[in-house]
Amino acid sequence: MPHDHPDHPHSLLPPDPALRIKALETILTRKGLVDPAALDAIIDTYENRIGPRNGAHVVARAWRDPAFKAALLEDATAVVSDLGYYGRQGEHMVAVENTDKVHNIVVCTLCSCYPWPLLGIPPGWYKSDAYRARVVREPRAVLSDFGVTLPPDVAVRVWDSTAEVRYLVIPQRPPGTDGMDEAALMDLVTRDSMIGTGLAVAP
Amino acid sequence: MTAIPQPVFSEPWHAQVFALTVHLNEAGYFDWPDWATRFGATLKAHGLTKELDGGDDYFVAWLETLEHFLASMGMTDITEIAQIRQAWEEAYLATPHGAPVNLQD
Repeated sequence: MPHDHPDHPHSLLPPDPALRIKALETILTRKGLVDPAALDAIIDTYENRIGPRNGAHVVARAWRDPAFKAALLEDATAVVSDLGYYGRQGEHMVAVENTDKVHNIVVCTLCSCYPWPLLGIPPGWYKSDAYRARVVREPRAVLSDFGVTLPPDVAVRVWDSTAEVRYLVIPQRPPGTDGMDEAALMDLVTRDSMIGTGLAVAP
Repeated sequence: MTAIPQPVFSEPWHAQVFALTVHLNEAGYFDWPDWATRFGATLKAHGLTKELDGGDDYFVAWLETLEHFLASMGMTDITEIAQIRQAWEEAYLATPHGAPVNLQD
């Protein structure tokens, strides 16, 4: 609530939920249940160290290495864990591949389950009621909102994430990328292409 | 789709409530599927009266779920949360602008 205290300008009061989360932190820290340094480390990890580059690394490698891709489709949890991208919430990872016949798209209708180790924190739209409800009902209309138009003979498959199973879409490798190295290919792999609401960008 | 980098968390408290929940899960106080079930139920309840946009309203639902979950496990209770929240509010109002805000023990 904005108000003036010209003689004693005090600190800006954070919004109500910010005060409530501070209260929880204080209570749990005082009881010895929480280590504030661990909270800072988690925030730093998700803000600075984990993001869609991890997923792009996996996709670019799969594009270049058929054996890696086969292993990824067979047991993604093991393959991405080997690369250090393991889920700390104990979830199972599944990779689904886009082809000329199938386009995959991922949602979480329950809440917002998402492959954090590979893609980081989900964007706001992924968490919105609009996306979560509509993508199941009319996936092609949602894709169209994202600027993606698929040929009519391409089937759209929607994968509903859970707390136990999270999905990574392997987008189709764009034409004209033969001979590109892993780093160059990674730049073509967008976050949205790994959720299925986008395509990998052409070089 | 945009090339402009966006902050991972749009508000600091979004990051704080996320981190606290992940930390408590990793410390073994609850399983993630149990959390997701409760959070999903809160989102569904909040979504009955308005369409959630996945921003502030999403993390408000997250925080409410966490408060009730912790209370159900006896780790805190709603009265204690309200008292400490009030203490923080008073600390902000009593601290000159720019100075670090600390809670009196």
